[in-house]
Order: sequence, then C-alpha cells, then structure tokens
Amino acid sequence: MRPGWAHRHIGSGSRPGPCTFFWVKILLRNPRRELEVAGPVSVVTLLNRLDLNRESVLVIRGGTIIPGDEVLVDSDSIEIRPVISGGSG
Amino acid sequence: MKCRVCRGPAIIDVRRQNANYCVEHFLRMCRDQVSKAIEQFEMLEANERALVAVSGGKDSLAVWDLLVDAGYKADGLYVDLGIDGYSAASGACARRFAAERGFTLREIALPGDYGYDVPTGARAARRTPCSACGLSKRHLFDRAALDGGYDVVITGHNLDDEAAVLFGNVLRWQTDYLGRQLPVLPARNGFPRKVKPLVRLSERETAAYCILRGIDYIVDECPLASGNRHLTYKKAMNDIELQSPGTKLDFYFGFLARASGLFRPEAEAEQEDLNPCATCGAPTPGAICAFCRLVERAGGVLPRSSSASATPVTLLARPAASTGPGEVRA
Repeated sequence: MRPGWAHRHIGSGSRPGPCTFFWVKILLRNPRRELEVAGPVSVVTLLNRLDLNRESVLVIRGGTIIPGDEVLVDSDSIEIRPVISGGSG
Repeated sequence: MKCRVCRGPAIIDVRRQNANYCVEHFLRMCRDQVSKAIEQFEMLEANERALVAVSGGKDSLAVWDLLVDAGYKADGLYVDLGIDGYSAASGACARRFAAERGFTLREIALPGDYGYDVPTGARAARRTPCSACGLSKRHLFDRAALDGGYDVVITGHNLDDEAAVLFGNVLRWQTDYLGRQLPVLPARNGFPRKVKPLVRLSERETAAYCILRGIDYIVDECPLASGNRHLTYKKAMNDIELQSPGTKLDFYFGFLARASGLFRPEAEAEQEDLNPCATCGAPTPGAICAFCRLVERAGGVLPRSSSASATPVTLLARPAASTGPGEVRA
C-alpha cells in the first residue's frame, strides 16, 4: 500500500464522522484479508496504489471480471484474486 | 474498453495481444489458442484417450474443460498429496467439477495407497516439498496412463509456468532440463506422451476462463509452495511483462523456435540409458527409481512391479456409459 492514501483495514476502527470519501470494500487473497479504500477510483489506479501487478491479479465484482478502466464507487465490493500458482505445475 | 471483435463492452485486456475482449470473445480466444497449440505441436488426435492431471486448481480444470468442450475424450486423475488444510479442499474442487459435468475422475491417495504424504516424503528424502510433490505426481500420472491404456497425459502447464521454468533453467544453464522443456514429450522408453495444451495462454487468462465458465477452483495457494523459487521467477517475469507486454510469449516461443534443438541431443542421450526399476518397473537410470526410493525412505508402501494393477486407482465419478478399472465410490 502506498503511503498517504486513504484506506483502512476492516476492524481497525469505526468510520470517521462526516466524510468526503466513498469507501470500496476489497477482499484480498493469499493471505485472505479485507480492506476499505476511498473511492471513486479506477481499477488500474487501485491496483497501482496497492502495489499489485495487473498481470498477476483479476478483479472480480458480482461473480464476474471487471476491466481496468472501471470506476469503483461507494457500496462496491470487489475481490482482487491472485492468479499466480505455486509449485512447478 | 471495447471488445476487439464485436466492439461491445470488454471485461478483460490481453496486453500482449494489444486487445480487449467481451466474455464471449474472450472464451473463444482461449479455445482458439488451445486449438492452435494442439495443431502447432501435434499434441493429440481426435480419437485418442487423454488423461488429465487434475489438481483442483485453475489450470488443470480449465484444460480439462477446454479439451472436452473441443470434443476430445479426456478423463481426469487427481492425486491426494496428504497436505493438511489443502488437499481436502483441492480434492473437493476436482470432484465437484467432474460430478457437475459427468466427467470421469480417478483418484490416487498418497496416504491411503502408498502410506506417506508429501510433507513426510519431502523430509525423509531431503527434498523440498515441491520436489517431492512433483516427483510423486509425475510417476503416478505416468503409471496410471500406461496402466489405464491412455494415449496421452495432459498437464495444465501454462505460458507463465513454461516461461518461469525456462527462466530458471537459463539462469543456471541446466542444459539437460532445457533439452526436455517442450510442449510435447513423445512417448518413449516406458513413458507416456505428455502434452501441455495451455502453453499459449497466461495463467491470468486461465483464471479468467474459469471464472467466466463458472468453474470453482481452489484459489488458496498450497501452503508448502509459499516462497519457492518458481514463484520468484514468475514474479520477475511479470514485472518485465508489465513494462513490456509479450515478453513471456516471445521468450518461451523464441526458445522453442531458435534454441531448444541445441540442447536436445544431451537430453535424448540421457533417456537412452534407462532400465526398468527393480521394484516397480518404471524406467530409471539407476537400479531403483526415484519414486520408489522416496517411498522407501518415507516408510511407505512400495508399488508392485509393472502390471495392470501397479497403480491403485479409485474411480470417483463417471458417465453412466463409461467403463474403467477401479471401484466406483460415488
């Protein structure tokens, strides 16, 4: 996660009062953890801010893949799924 | 983003092709790439019986789905590796996939059939878990294919796998491995033919294929694979790919076209000095094959000498008209 960017780990505290951000819920895998980030934000920008290589993940919303130029907004809940598998086959 | 084929809304980009695709045309692109690989490397014929090495992960389930969808006769074989917190889940994915489609899935359980699991085998043989796992699976898939009368073993190795293995072999100039790194390994000296129909698809694409086809694969990483060298090579290749799309494809297919043949004589010479393992009959350069040595060190149950019953196989699910060796469990 790049520093200075509005985000929080779920369970780390209550949402701040009056808020200028939208919050996008994110499920990350391997290891499994959850995060909320400020929106609106495009998928590509989100991956860059999370320091994730777009060649290594798929972003899924509602059971289907969403493209890099999709803008995520309040109430969006997404999964960022790694696609790199482990052994030598 | 618009689909390069129909100009409708795209859901995925394939940057090495400088293209975006909608669901329909992405799935068609995957099928086309598999067909192209099968034709380009003469992997299998329409009437051949194929045995797919199934792990429950995205690649093996995708390749099985793609082959049957293309009209090939393909059964699956799942090997339970006895890895706590992982094998049960991966096996469940494989069984569910087969049962939902009426595909024939066979199963071998290392703990039940051979008396050891991968962690124990790795410790006993002083190998890494991935090495003990790969050795066990290669041996068992080969034997099951030969015993079951299959023409070819299908593996889910994708472009990322092949590029990462090639990267590692080049870094260490492992010329014997370079000579064997091919999308088709012909049948010879007691080994069945082995083919890799996914070599033209990246693992991002095989994962996307599974999601779009509703294939529920195991997403969690094998706990024993974490931090292995193969993953490090994949990360390095993806870092390069991000800056220069198409690098993985050019690296691997450039190797096949321009360099692979240079290393083949060395690999072929090694294959000529093989004898039957004194324990199981599998081809080996020594008296006892590496699999039997691993089983022995792990205190497991050694396989019997080569025969139709040398590989315990349980039939888990099959279409009503199918026949095959083994017990019907479900």
